[in-house]
Amino acid sequence: MSGQSQFSSQLKRYYSLYTGGVIGFIVLLSILEQMGVPNQTLGYIFLGVTVSLYAGIGILSKTSDVSEYYVAGRRIPAMFNGMATAADWMSAASFIGLAGTLYISGYDGLAFVMGWTGGYCLVALFLAPYLRKFGQYTVPDFLGARYGGDGPRMIGVFAAILCSFTYVIAQIYGLGLIVSRFTGLDFGVGVFVGLGSILFCSFLGGMRAVTWTQVSQYVILLVAYMIPVIWLSVKHTGNPVPQIAYGYVLEQVTAREKVLNDANTPDGAREAEVRKILKQRQTDAEARLLALDAGGKDYLTTERTLLEKKLAALRERHAADADIAIAEQALYAFPQTVAAAKSVWRAEVEADRLKSTPIAAHAEAYAGPDEATRDNKRKNFLALVFCLMVGTAALPHILMRFYTTTSVKEARLSVFWSLLFISLLYLTAPALAVLAKYDVYTLLVGSSFSELPSWVSAWEAVDKALMNVSDINRDGIVQLAEVTIGGDLIVLATPEIAGLPYVVTALVAAGGLAAALSTADGLMLTIANALSHDVYYKMIDPKAPTGRRLAISKGLLLVVAVCAAYVTSLKPGDILFMVGAAFSLAGSAFFPALVLGIFWKRANKAGAIAGMIGGLSVCMLYMYITYPFFGVNAPLWWDINPISAGIFGIPVGFAAVILGSMFSRPPGAKVRALVDYVRYPNMTGDEGRGVS
Amino acid sequence: MTGALLSVWFLATFGVSWFARDLQALTLLGFPFPFFMAAQGALLIYLLLVGFYAWRMGKLDKKYGVGEDA
Repeated sequence: MSGQSQFSSQLKRYYSLYTGGVIGFIVLLSILEQMGVPNQTLGYIFLGVTVSLYAGIGILSKTSDVSEYYVAGRRIPAMFNGMATAADWMSAASFIGLAGTLYISGYDGLAFVMGWTGGYCLVALFLAPYLRKFGQYTVPDFLGARYGGDGPRMIGVFAAILCSFTYVIAQIYGLGLIVSRFTGLDFGVGVFVGLGSILFCSFLGGMRAVTWTQVSQYVILLVAYMIPVIWLSVKHTGNPVPQIAYGYVLEQVTAREKVLNDANTPDGAREAEVRKILKQRQTDAEARLLALDAGGKDYLTTERTLLEKKLAALRERHAADADIAIAEQALYAFPQTVAAAKSVWRAEVEADRLKSTPIAAHAEAYAGPDEATRDNKRKNFLALVFCLMVGTAALPHILMRFYTTTSVKEARLSVFWSLLFISLLYLTAPALAVLAKYDVYTLLVGSSFSELPSWVSAWEAVDKALMNVSDINRDGIVQLAEVTIGGDLIVLATPEIAGLPYVVTALVAAGGLAAALSTADGLMLTIANALSHDVYYKMIDPKAPTGRRLAISKGLLLVVAVCAAYVTSLKPGDILFMVGAAFSLAGSAFFPALVLGIFWKRANKAGAIAGMIGGLSVCMLYMYITYPFFGVNAPLWWDINPISAGIFGIPVGFAAVILGSMFSRPPGAKVRALVDYVRYPNMTGDEGRGVS
Repeated sequence: MTGALLSVWFLATFGVSWFARDLQALTLLGFPFPFFMAAQGALLIYLLLVGFYAWRMGKLDKKYGVGEDA
């Protein structure tokens, strides 16, 4: 035990030094910025140094020992395992997406904050200590031993790969976005550069390398998240603890919202004017859609000719340049085919509808014009929270982390540390959203179009759909309804919105990169382990020598990475949906079988198979028939959005496990002994172990 | 104990969210109460729950002699 505590204090010393080093590095770079080093170079230095740092740690902890490779030798102290879990957990979606979602949807976005933290209560109470006691390498391992036979293990492997793969695509997508934005590389190249660094780490050292890299990534991502928020908080309230201070800012934001929504104030009147124009545009676009349905191709041709005539007429009478430019633009953007016209105009209707309605109050729960809308929002909010929580408690790459601690007690403590380290960021995200909103409402809205800050045009150049400010009512002043800001850029752009030095922007980009990398690392490892350990070693060739097992694991990692990069380069879209879907899938497939497997001795193989297949297929079916991407568009069940498909899958899973078990023979004595073994920390004995 | 902790968890999450609109008028540190709960309160409660569970289970294990080092 004393060796362990020495190991632990040594680690603490290393990582304190490391944190100091990171801060020193930031200070050094800000001095460089003062000396006039160009921004592009600073961005390169930041990304380059951090990525090579992770790779360096990967090399240092390279290993070819099985236990080291799969579970880091089971000697990670609780606190460090907590940090690594936190980094594993906080993905590009948490780092970039969370504050953006909160910015856009206010209270309703808090479902993610609650769902992604509350799930750890379930992990602590139902899973982590018991899985650690069981002490194997993967989640399907547990299913295989508890329920016996290859059936449950096989389904477990399939489900683990399905949800990890869905999740990893979202990470690589975020990675490509950051790399391509801050280095100017093409998106596809960005994906492969990011992927290279992920591989480097998990390839060499498996779980051990990934754990130590993740701890260092956690430090960077936390520092990167905190600095701009604290800075903003001090600037606006004089209080360096943003989590407390932003209540005051929130009050001001709410007051400002009231002014902007009230047409009797000068600012509100201008907003109302813009909204009226947008409403008109929406009605026009709707009319065009109707006419298109009736007239088809002919209608498009007539409209195009009309536009051409209008442009010619304008040129004829030497109208103002601005008017001609608008007409040219309209003609240029005019859709070529019926299908294109349909999708473009539908999007237009949707966008105009959103912006022409009054702004929803940030702090108000389930804001809506009538009772039915509000009820619907509340229902979906709760369903989403539920799915995210249960999904958290069932994601294989998170559960796998609790195999790496030294003991059951440490596993429990480690959940606490994980939640603490995760909360540090999650408590800050709502503050960031409110502070950024305050800046946009007060600095951007009401400013003049001739003096737009440079970050607006910089982001507009990246993607018009993410950032767009156009003078709709032509009064030369920015109104809120004239501003389009995509959620994904809120975190990345906040330092610029607030006018902080460029170093902070680069730091935030590096933080986002760390978040995406760390999660992707963990996920890739889960997929590769499921294939090499559960499929190859446990099912195909149980006598395979260690060397070959590891070699196969590493080879598979490469294959998985290339597949993932390929799918990502197709841009399947909507990150938030993919992440949410992964949670719903994991929750439906694993949670019932795992929990009942630990707490209900009567649960057996038939039940587990029925439960996992039932839960998973209901969940997948619901997503398939309702998510627009698949094109079925069946009516929703009880108005629940497809992202929360788990709300149907999870109960079905539980019911199927119970029914399946009741209608077949109870499990044998060996399995009951295993359940006892898992439940009591001090039980040793071969009857439990013997099953594996 | 698991049951008690779980009901606290349930109340803090679903209870408050269900009645969010009715609790809107209460304020705490300048936040409307439901907003504060969802953004911060619930998280702190979760943290307490997990911490308490780890500490308490460690003690119970020792008391009944089922701890690893007992």
